[in-house]
Amino acid sequence: MCPPRPKENHMQSASPPAVPILQRARWSPYAVGAGIGVLSWATFALMDKALGTSTTFVRAAGSAIGAVAPDHVRENAYYAKYLVGKPAFDWQFALVIGLFLGALTAARMARRNDPTYVPIGAVPATWSARFGPSRTRRAVGAFLGGAVLLIGARLAGGCTSGHGISGSLQLAASSLTFIVAAFAVGIPFALWFYASDRGRS
Amino acid sequence: MFDTNFFAAPLDLVLGALTGLVFGFLLVRGGVSRFETIVGQFRLRDFTVVKVMATAVVVGGLGVYGLEAAGLIENLHVKAAALPANAIGGAIFGIGMAVLGYCPGTGVAALAEGARDARWGIVGMLAGAALYAEIQAPLGRLLRSTFGDAGELGKATLATLTGWSPFAFLVPMGILAAVGFAFLERRERLGRR
Repeated sequence: MCPPRPKENHMQSASPPAVPILQRARWSPYAVGAGIGVLSWATFALMDKALGTSTTFVRAAGSAIGAVAPDHVRENAYYAKYLVGKPAFDWQFALVIGLFLGALTAARMARRNDPTYVPIGAVPATWSARFGPSRTRRAVGAFLGGAVLLIGARLAGGCTSGHGISGSLQLAASSLTFIVAAFAVGIPFALWFYASDRGRS
Repeated sequence: MFDTNFFAAPLDLVLGALTGLVFGFLLVRGGVSRFETIVGQFRLRDFTVVKVMATAVVVGGLGVYGLEAAGLIENLHVKAAALPANAIGGAIFGIGMAVLGYCPGTGVAALAEGARDARWGIVGMLAGAALYAEIQAPLGRLLRSTFGDAGELGKATLATLTGWSPFAFLVPMGILAAVGFAFLERRERLGRR
């Protein structure tokens, strides 16, 4: 499977030995984008589905709550739309599990074989430059950010994958509105939120 | 679970998992599973997210509408437009994503890559989903009483709204993206020097 590696000679060559393409930490963003585009051809043509992820969070939350309080889920029209008479663990749920495994594989391959792979720290640098190195503070921020984000996604009916990619590639009015609003508000918000001159006091 | 099986048909699950495997692999290779990449995009310091998304949209759109014209795709999957909800939801989403530094898909990828904060992000997303299910009905009533049926366009696309071919949008979008990214790459190279 693996192509033969060129002989390593650190004395002569300044450039490190080439890492096989599949194991490289980063690919061109255009190649990755084109790959996601082609992947969406396959989901539309072969599976009659559009790439998406955020509905799975509703199915997962509803299933967990339904295990404890089934009547509550049955009587809630929003949960019922996704869970009553429909399998909770569906195509998209399997996609999210596959996404985890695909990302795990990609990260492991690069971590072992590509010296340029950047390990992940406990707290992202930009966050800690603004809010300090506290893991607890970052955990609270991540929890609240995640909750806000998913409420927005469900109100809008999709997230970066369902609206941002699948919907936008179909030129959907709903999706283009979503993605423009997300960046139009997210950009000034992030510039303010992470501004380093906004004293930490 | 409710009046049916918990699991969908095996073929559906296998195809979904395979799609996810490729998607997750690509997200990590694109570097978009990283907090710094996503927050860098919102702060206009790193354009990786826009490069990945715009390329995916142009390549995906040309292929999907091409295959549809060739009769190889039966159904499009356009989400019905409720523009006030799409816009307000998008705005809330943008704020949450800037704080978390991941979105639902890239958050799962970041979790796989070992980002500790992504765990709390995923727990937060599940809590957000549960909270939304509780407030959806009154929130829907509030939006309806405020906006009426303004912006309720059904499964509208730029093509159906104008009566033009989808390629009349996708081809110029592709050209614009190619020219824009060529300039951007040049600027980034000069900036690094």
